[in-house]
Amino acid sequence: MGLLDAGITKHNMLVTSVDNVLNWARLSSLWPMGFGLACCAIEMMATNASNYDLERFGIFPRSSPRQSDLMIVAGTVTMKMAERVIRLYEQMPEPRYVLSMGSCSNCGGPYWEHGYHVLKGVDRIIPVDVYVPGCPPRPESLIGGLMKIQELIRMEQIGISRADALKKLAEKSVDPRFIIERERKAVGA
Amino acid sequence: MQELDTAGLGSVRVTRKSDTVVILEKDLATEQMVLAMGPQHPSTHGVLKLECLTDGEVITQAEPYLGYLHRCFEKCCENVDYPAVVPYTDRLDYLAGMNSEFAYAITVEKLLDIEIPRRVEFIRVIVAELNRIASHLVAIGTYGIDLGAFTPFLFCFRDREIILGLLEWASGARMLYNYIWVGGLAYDVPADFLKRVKEFVNYFRPKAVELSELLTENEIFVKRTFGIGIMPADVAINYGWSGPMLRGSGVKWDLRRNDPYSIYPELDFKVPVPDGKHSVIGDCLSRHLVRAWEMDESLKIIEQCIDKMPSAEGFNSRSAIPKRIRPKAGEVYGRAENPRGELGFYIESDGKSTKPVRCKARSSCFVNLSAMKDLSKGQLIPDLVAIIGSIDIVLGEVDR
Amino acid sequence: MEEGKVISQLVKESAAAYSIIHEKFGLAISDFDANETMPFFEVVDASLWTEIALFMRDHPKLKFNYMACLTGVDYPAEEKLGIICNFESLALLNHKLAVKVKCAREGGSIPSVACVWHTANWHEREAYDMFGMTFAGHPELRRILCPEDWEGYPLRKDYKVQDQYHGIKVPY
Repeated sequence: MGLLDAGITKHNMLVTSVDNVLNWARLSSLWPMGFGLACCAIEMMATNASNYDLERFGIFPRSSPRQSDLMIVAGTVTMKMAERVIRLYEQMPEPRYVLSMGSCSNCGGPYWEHGYHVLKGVDRIIPVDVYVPGCPPRPESLIGGLMKIQELIRMEQIGISRADALKKLAEKSVDPRFIIERERKAVGA
Repeated sequence: MQELDTAGLGSVRVTRKSDTVVILEKDLATEQMVLAMGPQHPSTHGVLKLECLTDGEVITQAEPYLGYLHRCFEKCCENVDYPAVVPYTDRLDYLAGMNSEFAYAITVEKLLDIEIPRRVEFIRVIVAELNRIASHLVAIGTYGIDLGAFTPFLFCFRDREIILGLLEWASGARMLYNYIWVGGLAYDVPADFLKRVKEFVNYFRPKAVELSELLTENEIFVKRTFGIGIMPADVAINYGWSGPMLRGSGVKWDLRRNDPYSIYPELDFKVPVPDGKHSVIGDCLSRHLVRAWEMDESLKIIEQCIDKMPSAEGFNSRSAIPKRIRPKAGEVYGRAENPRGELGFYIESDGKSTKPVRCKARSSCFVNLSAMKDLSKGQLIPDLVAIIGSIDIVLGEVDR
Repeated sequence: MEEGKVISQLVKESAAAYSIIHEKFGLAISDFDANETMPFFEVVDASLWTEIALFMRDHPKLKFNYMACLTGVDYPAEEKLGIICNFESLALLNHKLAVKVKCAREGGSIPSVACVWHTANWHEREAYDMFGMTFAGHPELRRILCPEDWEGYPLRKDYKVQDQYHGIKVPY
């Protein structure tokens, strides 16, 4: 039985800050907009499907921007699409997060030089919180990016700006190599 | 083809009985409305925009707008060397990267006029057919979602992951492989690859049956697709349809059979076409059935390839790759059967440069989608989704 | 055709199809180019293109009912633009043939064959979008892939990409 269940059944009290409760609630049900642009969208679908099962993180794609907290820009943004992406972003309610998935939306990807019709980086039109590299990124790295968004939400407080939260996230960043080393040592490999 | 002449009727309330639209009430006071669908819409399979003129529930005209994923493939090709085009071809039809590479490779090889080692051909066919199954699984799974069935999607993606795992093992990437190079392959397949592929074939056979029990025999699914969006064979040919779309209209035409390339003439497989018993020939259900049957044929092809595969002794997958690809001046139009139809490449070489002067991709989805205006006329709005799903578009290939 | 050169069956079939067209149109079409990779002929008198197309589709011995591809091409050396069409008689006679049509680079026009093969409709729009030649008689000739207000024709060899599009920087 978890701590929460015990707290409810035995009329106990849990003391924490409002920030913590709000952030915990928000990060446990991130709803991204089901918005596929190109190849990365297929990997996003694969992440949602059976093997990677994003729903265990409370992440379930919504079809409408008005119901979503998170925009996963999955794929190449073209000039024709750019204005639609801005409009979709503006239709999302605050607080909203943007995850740029794949090289194309990070910087133009393989089309950076000769792709006259490709937008070289979605951060030219909307603010991006987390970049996931790869062409396309594996589902694991997309999940990694989503967990980065969750960390970002954890850093937020009432009264501090998104920029400060991002700064806090950068300062408190976790080096995965260190954890991997520690785990390896623990199993004696 | 099912058409409803709504001109002069005012507005109508209609219902659908198997394959005909029945008018219930005439002259209802509704006005013509423009319904924009996409570019962000869950059932347009990407960034397609359809501007529908509707009269009540009936679509009087649906005009597709493309270009939301125009990634300048042809411009990129003109600026890179022949081998460097291969990764771009992956990104055309990103659900079937191997097949796109295959089409490009055989086109340039035709221009170069070089011989390919036999083992390379066999490996190419195996990976291409595996990718065809993976692509059809996505097509079938998302078609289920479009029509309101979520479970088949999960089943399809579960099995697709196994194929992606196999292809990743061979090439190093899950989706965009850069594996089939002009004149050869990036690597030989790993030692136990064929054994695992065989295991997969044995695993997948019953799963394909399960999938068809789950979706194809589902009454709701059949009701949503039976007799919808009928395309007669001659009109389909005039529209330039190819692949499962054309076969769905009853034309027994498969480039692997009718314009054979690689080792396909040595292999024994059927070209499935609807017989009219389960569906109206040319409707959405026929096209779905063709895809489902094709997966079985692909399994057969893979099995035969494994049995006939030449040994790996002294084999170098890069032995036939020219040091410097500079074809003699000339033009070539080469093509291969993609999961979505005929993927053709027109390549022009000036004989001096290592870059193609012009490289055009003839995309199957682009051509198949051009019939949308005709197909959707007089259909109901919910049937529009069924029609788009049955065309099985990949926007990367439509817009290039 | 050179003597002693081995000519494959496919090229022979194309040559036979060509001779039927040549019989009817004579000097309006060029000589047959019997290469192995893509045998083709060129339409010299472009104004007859729609007529030739209809003849190719309907003649009982030609029956080119399937247009596989229509490619736009830029020939800056000749100051010309052109299209290349690949035809096939699908499921009927199974022969193939390619046709080239050229027009002037600036303000050039080619008759549309969208009324003959539906496939040509979108392909001609694409060629117009990328190269800027017009197709006379096309039902709705407007840009298909690039936005309506895009500047220039991207696949011309001398294309310079625009700096800004609706306030967004275009080059890297």
